[in-house]
Amino acid sequence: MSAGSRLENANPVIFQRSGERLLTASEEDEDIHDPIDDREIFDLIRSINDPEHPLSLEELNVVEQVRVKILDEENSVSVEFTPTIPHCSMATLIGLSIKVKLLRSLPDRFKIDVHITPGTHASEEAVNKQLADKERVAAALENSSLLEVVNQCLSARTV
Amino acid sequence: MKEALSLVQRLSAHPDSRCWFVSWSPSGTLLASCGGDRAVRIWAREGDSWVCKSVLQDGHQRTVRKVAWSPCGNYLASASFDATTCIWKKKNDSFESLTVLEGHENEVKCVAWAPSGNLLATCSRDKSVWVWEVDEEDEYECVTVVNSHTQDVKHVVWHPNQELLASASYDNNICIYKEEDDDWECRATLQGHTSTVWSLCFDATGERLASCSDDRTVKIWKEDPSESGQGDLSWKCVCTLSGYHGRTVYDVAWCRLTAALATACGDDAVRVFKEDETSDPTQPVFSLAAQVPKAHSQDVNCVSWNPKEAGLLASCSDDGDIAIWRFQEVE
Repeated sequence: MSAGSRLENANPVIFQRSGERLLTASEEDEDIHDPIDDREIFDLIRSINDPEHPLSLEELNVVEQVRVKILDEENSVSVEFTPTIPHCSMATLIGLSIKVKLLRSLPDRFKIDVHITPGTHASEEAVNKQLADKERVAAALENSSLLEVVNQCLSARTV
Repeated sequence: MKEALSLVQRLSAHPDSRCWFVSWSPSGTLLASCGGDRAVRIWAREGDSWVCKSVLQDGHQRTVRKVAWSPCGNYLASASFDATTCIWKKKNDSFESLTVLEGHENEVKCVAWAPSGNLLATCSRDKSVWVWEVDEEDEYECVTVVNSHTQDVKHVVWHPNQELLASASYDNNICIYKEEDDDWECRATLQGHTSTVWSLCFDATGERLASCSDDRTVKIWKEDPSESGQGDLSWKCVCTLSGYHGRTVYDVAWCRLTAALATACGDDAVRVFKEDETSDPTQPVFSLAAQVPKAHSQDVNCVSWNPKEAGLLASCSDDGDIAIWRFQEVE
């Protein structure tokens, strides 16, 4: 991923970050089982760094809580992300970062599907197919230079 | 009479990793497994249970994706994401690395031995299928590189009694190759799946080929000799199993002894289908005979029927386990 040279989208629109999650009384009660909800999934991915800009995926509106769907009982998580421009060459890397973050954070029982928001990218189908192919994802994560780039996207940003 | 799958044993085969593939030795006495931990393990029965007899390490630098036994059972080939294929020779109870086949540009996805034992096929993300010739001195020479797919090649399998090779790809197609003047050429392209074709299996006679896909279906293909000619072959889809699988179907296995068809699916289930005996062979009908919805706690990657003991089935999963099942009639 060539950083430096020229940014594909030099002046992205910046969105407001959402506030901290408010805990309810039942969530604080250790005796009550509370399933993982959409907001918790969103909290896992909203601070992922954009590979190009010093901004989070939430600030670029690449991820939104309404595009996160978890069915805890069915062990399924689905996330749609929206590249800032339809020809964004970073789409696969962004999708991979979201997938890796969720794979590392969630229990193994979950099936994690990461897709591009329909109609928002020129190579939507190709990117979706690649992200859904676990063999390609596994091979990509054994590639140390690619893994390093993913880890950079997932590292905590010093503001 | 109803049939069911009952669990014989569960083995923690590749702990903290995933188990990608399992393969029975031709005699059915050994089971080889491979996984994300870069190791190959050999399992054998001891009394009533299956135990690990050897661990083949240091052969590969990355994930071992598939393993294949030679028809004589004295050699084992392992295909790895490190772009190499290792050939291991069995010596008494242990295995030693004999040679390493290099040439693919990146991940080798599959390796398969021809029934004669003189030919070996490999395929890779580099979109190519390679055919290797083996001589009596255990020397391996690449005889052909075929580039008939436009995307990575997921699986290769040989016909059980003819020198025919089939491959499955991320480009949604299946190719069938035949030798012509020492060169292997694609003679048929089977189109029908709408996403990646993950695996293939011929039936005992080789008259039919089963394929499974990310489109969540299994298809059965049959050669149509009336339309084959001019060196080209014509294979037609005669049956599609849809509506059974909840996610990608990663593997399909046709039992050479009972004709039962097993599938490994990303919805964690193992299923067994049987052909209705009364159905027309040109339009066969398969029905679900048994299924275990939570066969594993994660995706099931592979299913394999024991070649000698009818009904004995091995499966393996992203959860790192191997499960051994018995498919039999129940009260």
